[in-house]
Amino acid sequence: MSAAQWRKAMNFTAASRDWSGGRAVSPPARRITTPQVANGRRLWRHIGARHVVVLAAVLLYPWIVPPFFTFQIGGQALALGLIALSLTFLAGYGGMLSLAQMTVAGIAGYVIAILGESGTPQISLGWPWWLVVLLAVAAGTASATFIGWLSVRTEGIYTIMITLAIGVAFFYLAQQNYEIFNGFQGFQKVVPPVVLGVDWRSPVPYYYLALFWALAGYFFVKYLIRAPFGVALQGVRDNARRMSALGFSPVAHRVAAYAVAGVIASIGGVLLVWYNGLITPGSVGTGWLINILIIAVLGGMRHPIGPFIGAVVFVLLQNFAIDLVDRERFNLVIGVIFLVIVLFSPDGLLGWWDWLRDRASLRFASSRSAARGNGWRSVGVQQTRPAGRS
Amino acid sequence: MMRRWSWAWVIGVPLLALAVWGIADNARLFFATLLNGLTLAALYFLVASGFTLVFGLLRNVNLAHGSIYLIGAYVGWVVGEYLGSWFLAVAAGFLFAALLGLVLQVGVFRFMPGQDLRQTMATIALSIVAADIALWIWGGEIYQFDPPGWIIGATPLPIVGKFPTYRLALLATAIVIGVGLWWFLVRTRVGMMIRAGVDDRAMLSASGVDVQKLFAITFAIGAGLAGFAGVVGGTALSIAPGEDTRYLLASLVVVIVGGMGSVTGAALGAVLVGVAEQFGMAYAPTYGIMFTFIIMVLVLAFRPQGILGRRA
Repeated sequence: MSAAQWRKAMNFTAASRDWSGGRAVSPPARRITTPQVANGRRLWRHIGARHVVVLAAVLLYPWIVPPFFTFQIGGQALALGLIALSLTFLAGYGGMLSLAQMTVAGIAGYVIAILGESGTPQISLGWPWWLVVLLAVAAGTASATFIGWLSVRTEGIYTIMITLAIGVAFFYLAQQNYEIFNGFQGFQKVVPPVVLGVDWRSPVPYYYLALFWALAGYFFVKYLIRAPFGVALQGVRDNARRMSALGFSPVAHRVAAYAVAGVIASIGGVLLVWYNGLITPGSVGTGWLINILIIAVLGGMRHPIGPFIGAVVFVLLQNFAIDLVDRERFNLVIGVIFLVIVLFSPDGLLGWWDWLRDRASLRFASSRSAARGNGWRSVGVQQTRPAGRS
Repeated sequence: MMRRWSWAWVIGVPLLALAVWGIADNARLFFATLLNGLTLAALYFLVASGFTLVFGLLRNVNLAHGSIYLIGAYVGWVVGEYLGSWFLAVAAGFLFAALLGLVLQVGVFRFMPGQDLRQTMATIALSIVAADIALWIWGGEIYQFDPPGWIIGATPLPIVGKFPTYRLALLATAIVIGVGLWWFLVRTRVGMMIRAGVDDRAMLSASGVDVQKLFAITFAIGAGLAGFAGVVGGTALSIAPGEDTRYLLASLVVVIVGGMGSVTGAALGAVLVGVAEQFGMAYAPTYGIMFTFIIMVLVLAFRPQGILGRRA
C-alpha cells in the first residue's frame, strides 16, 4: 500500500474532518507496541536523525546569526509559535477552531503588566516576578477554561463565531477601560526580570528561554496526543456521539482541552509580552487573533511542529515582506498567502512537505515509502486499544 | 411552562426595577438612550440580517461581512461624491456589495461545498485582503456622507426633546426593510425556496431547484444588505478603517443572541444588543462592552442555539 493510500485510509483530510469516526482501522504492524516494552526504548523510539539535526540547529542558532535574527526572528517566532501551538492542539486534535487563543495569551500578558512592574506605576502593583508569572498563567488558564465552557455548548463553525466574539469583546473592553487596562495606551516597559544575574531581555538569554518553553510545549503536546486523554479527545473530534456512547464525556474532554491549550497560550503570552516589552489593546485586536490562526494554518494543523514552522515563515514575512512590497502592504501579502494556503493546501506547509516527499519517495521505491508513510502523522493515532480512562 | 415564567421573573423584575430607577432619576436621559439604542439596533439589524440569511441557507459564516459593509460604504461615498446624490450613493452601496457577494459565491465558495470550516477561513483571508485594499485606496481618513438637507435636521419629540431626524428615518428604514424581508421570505417563490433550503438543502435540490442559483441570489441579497447598511450607517456615524471589525462583532453577537439563520431572531438580537450597548455607554462608560458580552454569555449558557434559534 502506498503512502498516499495509507493516508487516505488512516486520516482525515481537511475536507472531511469527520470521516468514519473511531472505526477500527488496523494500524501498521510496526506501530503496535505494548506498554510492557521498556520505557526507555519507547521514549527513544521516535527520535530519528532529523530530530537531532533540528535540535542541534535550534540550539546553535544564536551563535551563528546576528542578534537581530536571534531576538526578532527566533525569539518572536518561538513565542508566537507557542501560542499557535495551543490553537493547533485545540483545532487539530480537538476539532475546535478557537480564535480566542490570542485573547488568552493577552490576558496573561495583561496580568503580568498589571500585577508586575510597568511604565504605569499608578496601576501596576509591582509584585515579585515569580508570583506574577504564576498568577498570569493561572489567570490565562482560568479564562481559557471559561471561554471553553462557553463555546463547547455549540459545535463546528459556531465555535469560530463565539470565540471571535469573545476575543473582540475583550479587545474593546481593554481599549475602553482605563481603570484596569489603561485603555488605548496599555502598558509599556513590561520587561522580563533579571534573575540569576542574567538579563532575560537580551537576545541570547531570551532566545533560550523561549526555546525552552517552546520545546516543553512541543513535547508536552506530542506526549499528550498519545496519552489516553489525547486519544479520547481525538475520538471526540471524530465522533462525539460514539465517544459518549462509550462512556466518555465529550463536554468534559473539550473543556479540558481548552484548559490545556490555555496553559500553553498563557506561557506564550507571558513570553510575548516580555518580547514586545509592552501590551496594548492592539496586541489582542482582531488582527492578532487572526494572525495566530494564520500561523497555525500556514504551518499545518496535523502535527505540533506546524505552528512553529508557520511562525517562522510569518515572522520572516513580517520582517522582510517590506523589502518586496510597500511597508504598509504586509497585511495584503499575508492575507493573499493565507488565502492561497486555504484554497490550495488545507494542510499548510506540512501538506506540501508530505506531497514533495511522496513524489520523491515514489521515485525510489514504493515499498520504502509505505514503511515510512506515517512519519508525520500523529493525528491518526491508532485506536485498537480503547484508551481506557477507567 | 412554569420554568419559562420564572425566568421572565428573574430577568424581568430587576430590569424593570432598573428602568423605573432610570426614569425616576433622569427621564430624558433614559428615553434618549432608549431611542438611541433602538436606532443603533436598526443599524445592527440591517447588517446582521444579511449575515444570518447567508448563514441559514449556505452554512457559511461569512466573516468578510464587515468588510463588505465597509467597502459598500466607501463605494457609496465615492458615488455620492461624484454624482452628488445621496440616494444614488445608497443604491450604489447596495448594488456594489451585492455584486461583490455574487462574485464571492460564484467565484470562491461554490468550489468548496460542504466544507464550512474552509469557507470560513477563506472569508477570514478575504476580509484581511479587503481591509488592506480599502486602506490602500481610501487611506485612514474618516469620511462623512452628505445626505439631503431635510433628513439631517432635528425632530422635536416629547420628553426626549430634539432628536436627529436621520436616526428616526434609520429606524423607519430598518422596520421597512425588516417587513420587506419577511414578506420576501414568506410570500415569494424565491423566499419559499430559501426557507426550504434552510430546512433541507438536499431535498430542495432533489425537487429540481437550481440550488447554486439560489445560493448566489441569497449571497447577493445578504451582501447587498451589508452594503446598504454601510452607506446608511456611515451616514449616521462615519466610515473609517476598523468599522468592519465593529460591525462584524455586532453581527456575530446579534446572530448568536437571536439565533443563527433566523431573521426574526436577528431583529430581536439587534434590539437587545443595541439597547444594551447604548445603556452601557450612558450609564457605565468604560464597561459598556461588557453589557453586550454578558447578554451573549447568558444566552449561550441557557439557550446555546439562540433565543429564536432551532437546534441544527
